[in-house]
Amino acid sequence: MNIDTNKLTITSAHKHLMSGDFSARELAQAYLDVIEKKNKDINAYLEVFDDVLEQATQADKRIASKKNVHLLTGIPLAMKDNILIKGYRCGAASKILEGYYATYDSTVARKLKETGAVFLGRTNMDEFAMGTSTENSAYGPTKNPHDTSRVPGGSSGGSAAAVAMGGALAALGSDTGGSIRQPASFCGLVGLKPTYGAVSRYGLMAMGSSLDQISPLARTMQDAETLFNSIRGLDPHDGTTISPDMYGVAEIPKKFVIGVPEEFAYSKGVSESVVKNFKESIERLKVLGCEIRSVKMHNLPYALPAYYIIMPAEVSSNLARYDGVKFGALEEGEDLMQDYFRTRGRLFGKEARRRIMLGTYVLSAGYYDAYYKKAVAVRNLIRQDFKNVFAEGVHAIATPTAPSPAFKIGEKINDPLQLYVEDIFTVTANISGMPAISLPSGFSLVDGKQLPLGLQLQAPHGREQYLFEIGKKFEKIRGEAE
Amino acid sequence: MLTPKDIDNLAQLARLDIPADEKETLRKEVDSILGYVSEIQKLSGTEVKKEVGEVRNVLREDDNPHLPGEFSEDLLAEVPHRQDNFVKVKKIL
Repeated sequence: MNIDTNKLTITSAHKHLMSGDFSARELAQAYLDVIEKKNKDINAYLEVFDDVLEQATQADKRIASKKNVHLLTGIPLAMKDNILIKGYRCGAASKILEGYYATYDSTVARKLKETGAVFLGRTNMDEFAMGTSTENSAYGPTKNPHDTSRVPGGSSGGSAAAVAMGGALAALGSDTGGSIRQPASFCGLVGLKPTYGAVSRYGLMAMGSSLDQISPLARTMQDAETLFNSIRGLDPHDGTTISPDMYGVAEIPKKFVIGVPEEFAYSKGVSESVVKNFKESIERLKVLGCEIRSVKMHNLPYALPAYYIIMPAEVSSNLARYDGVKFGALEEGEDLMQDYFRTRGRLFGKEARRRIMLGTYVLSAGYYDAYYKKAVAVRNLIRQDFKNVFAEGVHAIATPTAPSPAFKIGEKINDPLQLYVEDIFTVTANISGMPAISLPSGFSLVDGKQLPLGLQLQAPHGREQYLFEIGKKFEKIRGEAE
Repeated sequence: MLTPKDIDNLAQLARLDIPADEKETLRKEVDSILGYVSEIQKLSGTEVKKEVGEVRNVLREDDNPHLPGEFSEDLLAEVPHRQDNFVKVKKIL
């Protein structure tokens, strides 16, 4: 049977694999063909693994034996370049990890291997996941498959572009301040940021440890849910992980109440097309039987400045490990101290250096109280804002995912602050540790190209199921799911 | 406002060799970002607790050690300079 990688979902591919319409090897080959044709223009993949067909053959054996067959057996997936798979190159798109091969499996890689999923390759990203456009990669920017003059979003831009170009059925990325949801919005995909601790961070290169989560980018809500269920769970290697019932088991309400923080959602700087599309999405949610409630959350505008204090503080300590001594690349100097300075000064890119400097500043004696300590206090105020609204019976908070559709490559690269503002709606979920999802909500016609837009929903801790349920209804009336 | 001396000091602390022609741009950028994040000073939030996350203690028994040397070869294979089973660095003293 003819394989159309632009139409397949995990669910439909699994059915075809089970009924023998095509083999896992044929499926993998179809994806390799698309990558071969499109990747030179899109630059979604930094590397396509050379054992893809062997992995697929193993999956075929498993399917033939009818033992241990999982929904993901034989499903071709892409992996962001900051998630370790033992024995494979991994580099966070940074020169400082040039030549590094992963020495162990991340927990998510181990879990996916157990399902028999097929890893196609590692995807481009902003260096160490720092950025909102994938332009901070040391290996050139990724382009948006919907318009190659535009960015795919970031930092998981390579993962998003890989799926959007039909070069992977789904992908894993990481989300520290919106790095899955904003690319999902720009590329027309579903992107989930789970509850903090739902998915193990063992084997994910740490950026902001109190904010990072690994999670899926997929074509449909069902696919995102399938992947999430396959990688979640307690892990002895990550003390911050939680069991799926840590926050109790959710009963699915008959009628969802959706809160809209209007002042925040319509704040200045949000583009007209996004506002128009967001209002349409709210109308659709009403049609689906959701109750829409206007909510006041005064502290939300402070989430972004608090984030750009907490995150660089954590970055400056997490990136201290890259020193040219233990692994990765070394830029030789006269003595050990010069080894450190040259390796870090020359092999980290500009954005990484900028954030290390910022983090060092906000943690330094004399400024700690005014910045870091204050930001942690603000973080609690924001978490409290959400808890108050959820306590009043609201099930999810709706905002746009990003303030604009995909922007031009190079348009914002010289103004770091302008790139930071991309995260305005997404950071609240990382700051509060709550789950959030971006769903495709339509398109904006710009310069003759249809650019995807996204709707973001954020739920209480441990309530991913609310997001999946609302999302599945929402995607049905859009009529795009297969 | 950050001075060029502040930038040198921060770079020193962070072990970063910043090219001379980038220092002024970096100073302006970091300065404008600090200006933006200072927004949070407007909030009076001293009354809130300063904990990060839902605080829980995570402890485990210190047992089931792995075999000596089980991971040594894999890890040492990634070291830029190695001598036998050691990580090699330039002379310190």
